[in-house]
Amino acid sequence: MEAFADLLEQLYFTPGNNAKAALIIDYLRHTPDPDRGWAIAAMADTLRFDFFKRNAVKQLMLERTDPVLFELSYDYVGEMSETVAHLWPARETTSAIALPGLGEIVDQFSQAKRTEVKPLLEGYLDIMTASQRWALIKLGTRGLRIGISARSMKQILARFGDTAVEEIEALWHGVNPPYTELLAWLEGRSNKPDISDQVTFHPVMLSHPIDEQELAKLTPSDWQIEYKYDGIRVQLVCTKNGKALFSRTGDDISHAFPDLLDTIEEHCVLDGELLVMHGDRVDTFNQLQQRLNKKKPTRKLMESLPAGLMVYDVLSIDDESYHSQPLKERRCRLSRFVQDSASERLHLSAVLEVKTQDQLDTQYRQASNDKAVEGLMLKRLDSHYIPGRPKGQWYKWKREPKLADAVIMYAQRGHGKRSSFYSDFTFGAWEGDTLLPIGKAYSGFTDEELKKLDNWVRRNTVGRFGPVREVEKSLVIEVAFDAAHPSNRHKSGIALRFPRFHRIRWDKPAAEADTLDTVKKLVEA
Amino acid sequence: MHPQEWVSVEEAGLYCRPADIYIDPMLPVNTAIVTHGHADHARSGHNTVYATPQTLAIMTTRYGEEMAITTHELAYRQSVQLGSADDPVIMTLYPAGHIMGSSQVLFEYRGSRLVVSGDYKRRPDPTCPPFEVVPCDVFITEATFGLPVFTHPPIAAEIDKLITSLKVFPHRCHLVGAYALGKCQRVILALRQAGYTKPVYLHGALIRLCNLYQEHGVDLGELIAVNDVEDRSSLAGEVVIAPPSALVDRWSRAFPDVRTVMASGWMQIRARARQKQVELPLIISDHCDWPELIQTISEVQPNEVWVTHGREDALVHQATKMGFKAKALSLLGYEDDEETG
Repeated sequence: MEAFADLLEQLYFTPGNNAKAALIIDYLRHTPDPDRGWAIAAMADTLRFDFFKRNAVKQLMLERTDPVLFELSYDYVGEMSETVAHLWPARETTSAIALPGLGEIVDQFSQAKRTEVKPLLEGYLDIMTASQRWALIKLGTRGLRIGISARSMKQILARFGDTAVEEIEALWHGVNPPYTELLAWLEGRSNKPDISDQVTFHPVMLSHPIDEQELAKLTPSDWQIEYKYDGIRVQLVCTKNGKALFSRTGDDISHAFPDLLDTIEEHCVLDGELLVMHGDRVDTFNQLQQRLNKKKPTRKLMESLPAGLMVYDVLSIDDESYHSQPLKERRCRLSRFVQDSASERLHLSAVLEVKTQDQLDTQYRQASNDKAVEGLMLKRLDSHYIPGRPKGQWYKWKREPKLADAVIMYAQRGHGKRSSFYSDFTFGAWEGDTLLPIGKAYSGFTDEELKKLDNWVRRNTVGRFGPVREVEKSLVIEVAFDAAHPSNRHKSGIALRFPRFHRIRWDKPAAEADTLDTVKKLVEA
Repeated sequence: MHPQEWVSVEEAGLYCRPADIYIDPMLPVNTAIVTHGHADHARSGHNTVYATPQTLAIMTTRYGEEMAITTHELAYRQSVQLGSADDPVIMTLYPAGHIMGSSQVLFEYRGSRLVVSGDYKRRPDPTCPPFEVVPCDVFITEATFGLPVFTHPPIAAEIDKLITSLKVFPHRCHLVGAYALGKCQRVILALRQAGYTKPVYLHGALIRLCNLYQEHGVDLGELIAVNDVEDRSSLAGEVVIAPPSALVDRWSRAFPDVRTVMASGWMQIRARARQKQVELPLIISDHCDWPELIQTISEVQPNEVWVTHGREDALVHQATKMGFKAKALSLLGYEDDEETG
């Protein structure tokens, strides 16, 4: 555990992916199984369970500290693990007590009965140093945030084993922590792990947002143009050993969508957009959200909001892989597959007729007015299916955001990188001479603007409610958002989709911000 | 008479009415008492300034001879009478232990005693006499690190991290961000105490103040201005000290494989360190940490505690819990930020 805590601490402060990779590889070389495998799982976010809940940590802390001081500290530090690391009473003696290995700690927490978790955690926090406490809490609540993504972890493993990252990608979802077999293979001590009989997720191909330059030099006839649907990206896998629906990041969400999965019989791996669909009609994202929130949907819900899959790509059918065929070929195969399929829940994403730049512009404008889509997808007809986000192959062209002028009402401190800065803002629109909150925004400003905003909040606080500061109703921001929906949960009656700062209007008087009625006109039926 | 009757917060800062004197004013005023030389407390342009001889020397070094029309040197524990002769205010300075020349101010008026502690710390500092406990009715304390998450480790342990890093990365230039006044000199002294005898390289903005410290008998060892180094690649494996603002400046780009180090109390919060792109944070502060703030309040045993710049809420809560009457005093304009932490 000491080595793992040291590694986290070093990774946290080390900038640059190369230096981080070197630290991790050094750790992998010098740490035994299964400890190093669990460390990989922690960093790649493949640990399947929380050791303990954040709330348990908080309760233990509150047994040892004044609640007001705890809240103020947490509010300032912006992160539970670090707050507790500093606030936990230090041990009297300074001699270090040896901690068990990471693997043993994982075992202890995974086998602990509900009532045993807290005493176990307490025992460790008591004998640990502040930075070890920080590491244990981050590990146990699965919130590492040390600048290592699952993707970079795979690249690091490829470097460690002197192999291609595609090899790791292909195996990744078929192997499990603590990755003993995988590591043995990477070290040349055994054969490649066999995952052929598993229902696994295959990493997906992602797109880049398009910019004006790329748009200008694009020849429409080389591209396949489709709608960008407003649902969630999923992968449907069906093999002789079972079937599953995975999210874009590989989470298994099969349990929430049995109505879709039950209709699939053919062996395949398909890429598409999960939507609520009434026959051919696509429903809004808001409706899909009702389904996403339900782990076990009722029959009634599945009947009123049926799940459908708008398929746009194919990775394999039966035993044949299509990764290295051009999109044009894949599309032909996919089209036949959907036609032949018995499932009525599978729909083929339409290819739009675009031969010229003008037609492309027209399609974009139409897509921007269509409620069910959020723009266009542009894919090179000769693109292979490459996991990750390869350059120049696929683009998304999202429709222009909607804008409104709103007044900042409340501010709260941020977390992580923005710890101790006021960076989370609630803003409102006018109804008569009162402001009603219409949303919260955390992004869209530069670091420079963040500093100015933080300073502004400190100087214009008129009230405090725990960590929330109420501010003078005088600062107007131009808010950008993707869509507005009616909502019963908010007093204002509307909810905004992905609101963010577009511009800060330091100059604009608050009285001239938009009224609620104006914002409501942007609501989509 | 209760100090709240004769001390108030005005636009320029804290004001003692019967003495007609401002404490660390932020705007030019007629008469000022300056507790210490940090730029957010000591400004130029006042008519008359009272301060310790060291603080006046710092102000002159920073702002030139013209920094005030009249100056009055006040040694520690030497009293001066202000206001009208038949209703006087007695003002006395006491050591604050913050930086060279730093002082607390005691005001005595109509039978009551008010202490403005300025910025202060309780850790040993070879460049100034230690903070002195001055009994009083009202004690005004800072709260820069007024949260229980702040406990500063011993400076020797932090400097040890730097020495270790120099051994582990012998080819990297260790660029240390440290405030020009106080922090910089303390870091150099701690390096010397840890047995580091090589020259320490300085950013131009630090040189005059280091010279001033040396003139006041603080031995900082061999110092070299970076500007005098012709071949910047020779700075590999050396310690270069610069103001925090220069850490990510163009100035340091020519240095070989820079390892960014920062000496500040704020470095305790990891995210703050990372926001500044610091690779090696050193928790070294010229302010009190939380246990020292509490220790000080219980040793001073005032009737009332007034809390200024920093995290007032927590310290007011704590002082109230300890049985003191406490309130926050909003003094805007003092940097509770990284520079002087």
